[in-house]
Amino acid sequence: MGFMNRFKHFLGDQLLGNNWGVHPDDHKRPAADAPVRVMPVPARLYLPLQQHLGGAARPTVLVGQKVSKGELLAEATGMVSAPLHAPTSGTVVAVTEVTAPHPSGLSLPAIILEADGADEWCELTACADPFALTPADIGRRVAAAGVVGLGGAAFPSAVKLGGALRAEVTTLVINGGECEPYLSCDDRLMRDAAAGIVDGIRLMLHATGARVALVGIEDNKPEAIAAMQAAAAEFAAVQVRPVPARYPMGSEKQLIQVLTGIEVPADGRPADIGVIVHNVATALAVRAAVREGKPLISRLVTVNGNCVAAPGNVEVRIGTLAEEVIAFAGGLKGDGLGLARRIMGGPMMGMQIPHWRVPVVKGSSGILALDAAEVAAAEPDPCIRCGSCVKACPMGLLPLEMSARIRNEAYGEAIDYGLKDCIACGCCAYVCPSKIPLVQYFVHAKGELAAQDRAKLRGEATKKLALQRQERLDREAREKAEAAAKRKAEREAAAAAKAAAEAAASAAPAAAATVGEGV
Amino acid sequence: MIAAVLSLTLLGAALGIILGIANKFLQVEGNPVVDELIAMMPGSNCGQCGFPGCSGAATAIVDGSAPPTCCPPGGKALAVAIAAKLGLAVDLSAIADDGPKIAVIAEELCIGCCRCSKVCPTDAILGAAKQIHNVFREACTGCSSCIEKCPTEALVMRPVPVTLQHWVMPKPLAA
Ligand code: SF4
Ligand code: SF4
Ligand code: SF4
Repeated sequence: MGFMNRFKHFLGDQLLGNNWGVHPDDHKRPAADAPVRVMPVPARLYLPLQQHLGGAARPTVLVGQKVSKGELLAEATGMVSAPLHAPTSGTVVAVTEVTAPHPSGLSLPAIILEADGADEWCELTACADPFALTPADIGRRVAAAGVVGLGGAAFPSAVKLGGALRAEVTTLVINGGECEPYLSCDDRLMRDAAAGIVDGIRLMLHATGARVALVGIEDNKPEAIAAMQAAAAEFAAVQVRPVPARYPMGSEKQLIQVLTGIEVPADGRPADIGVIVHNVATALAVRAAVREGKPLISRLVTVNGNCVAAPGNVEVRIGTLAEEVIAFAGGLKGDGLGLARRIMGGPMMGMQIPHWRVPVVKGSSGILALDAAEVAAAEPDPCIRCGSCVKACPMGLLPLEMSARIRNEAYGEAIDYGLKDCIACGCCAYVCPSKIPLVQYFVHAKGELAAQDRAKLRGEATKKLALQRQERLDREAREKAEAAAKRKAEREAAAAAKAAAEAAASAAPAAAATVGEGV
Repeated sequence: MIAAVLSLTLLGAALGIILGIANKFLQVEGNPVVDELIAMMPGSNCGQCGFPGCSGAATAIVDGSAPPTCCPPGGKALAVAIAAKLGLAVDLSAIADDGPKIAVIAEELCIGCCRCSKVCPTDAILGAAKQIHNVFREACTGCSSCIEKCPTEALVMRPVPVTLQHWVMPKPLAA
């Protein structure tokens, strides 16, 4: 173990600086070069109550209620949560369950909204001079608009901004990396709305108190870099920095390391070194929320993959079914013949979905229809211990050792090898010549460990309940005994009193008689 | 008189000291391994193992008269943990671990006889005489002690529904 650790560190140090990660064929063009198409509002929208990390939103509307575009449908619950707004005007027709964009194919509670075609906004409270607002006010507006991280993790943005303010971060890292192959929605956004993004970034700087924003954009997007540089030219605090194209450059820790040269500690968070990371699309959503009071109700989605007839980026309302987005984008080649995998998000870290009747949620960056050639689902062979996975791992882990432990269900040993640091980026599985589904092992193990933790908590709760029951039984027995004793005492007292009364009564006539006799 | 009082006092003191020492050195200790096992077990004393309560099962497992797999609510996880603690080999195939289950009451069948709520080791069943009873999902440990008690067969064990929060990615099939 000791040797392995040293080996790991040696490799890790060597590699973190220069050649971690992989260079998959990026498949970004021609989709990235096609102009954005705006999809009309579909007849029905399917809005899961949990589109973000944290607590699910709680519905505030009733079935049959008419709502305007932008009206609140469900409110945030708890510290980490985000509200949900109507993406168009219409009628709430059901609060029910829909298939989640998740490989399990399980369902999520959701609101179904029937569009009325008018697409009429509710009243919005715009703000002419947002830089006059306090950081806390900006946070409140962002929270009220339901903005979440649009890069995929969907963490509520206001929570992150507030945390950054408290942690007094100095640097805002803006993620324009978009390192996942196939995806180009952020690229498109930077080309088309650079000025808005830069404005959003400046608002975020104001909201967090950070002094400088570093915008990292992979060098395979020269148009986006040029557009962003032009838009940021007059603001010294916003610096656009091209970074080498390499997967997973968009992963928080890697991007921070490349842009600032500082490494985030293994068990720490970026805020520990004074940095927070936000996505470019999130910056634009923050701008809309703060300046115009507009909630997050639509997003750019990349429709791509060999099976897609006309790849490109589509602006869709949240809650639109993937099926309808694909149909709008031109459908599948040959009616989907040869389709091998449906993915929501990117091919490396996205979710494989069971069918197309899954709604676009706030964190959906792509809808991919991949054919067999792209999926490469070969039967796995045994590990040949080539070490390719170790070289590729951006976190400096030993995927081969971890997966071997997990295969034998030795989860504890896998943790010793750093399982908890694994970001499930998929680099290891991508390079593995034996096609071992390494990431699936790691995701499985993390799920299993979480389940064990839950079981442990439950066990403790059970013990407490059993103990409380025993106490209750004891107390009841004691009370019963006391009551019985009390009753017995009362009975005895009553009997004694009665006896005394009787004695007195029997004595009284005698006395009376005596008295009578005496008269 | 004084001699009698003195001798009795001394005798009493001496005997007391001897008793105290005996208590200290000849004490019958609870087996620490058994105690550790008891701490690991569900603690609901449901009796499904066939022993009177979790401590009985723990004693039996330690002295070898019961296998580490004897606790149904503990399931595979507990069996593995116990076997690891005692250094035993464990035959997990003996456990039919088809996922956690909880008791569910069919409301139209419940006559409110209160028999189930009396036996529940975690007070997970709520109800009053002649009222429909109900099971608290969070408190039910799936021990099935209540099932047999119901005169109308209103109680059944159902698998806990898998939710997105509980779903675990399946382990890949070995190469
Ligand atoms: S999935 Fe985990 S182990 Fe594999 S390369 Fe990425 S971080 Fe490393
Ligand atoms: S890349 Fe695959 S075959 Fe090579 S060491 Fe890693 S797991 Fe084994
Ligand atoms: S034992 Fe059956 S009938 Fe009686 S209260 Fe429980 S569920 Fe109802």
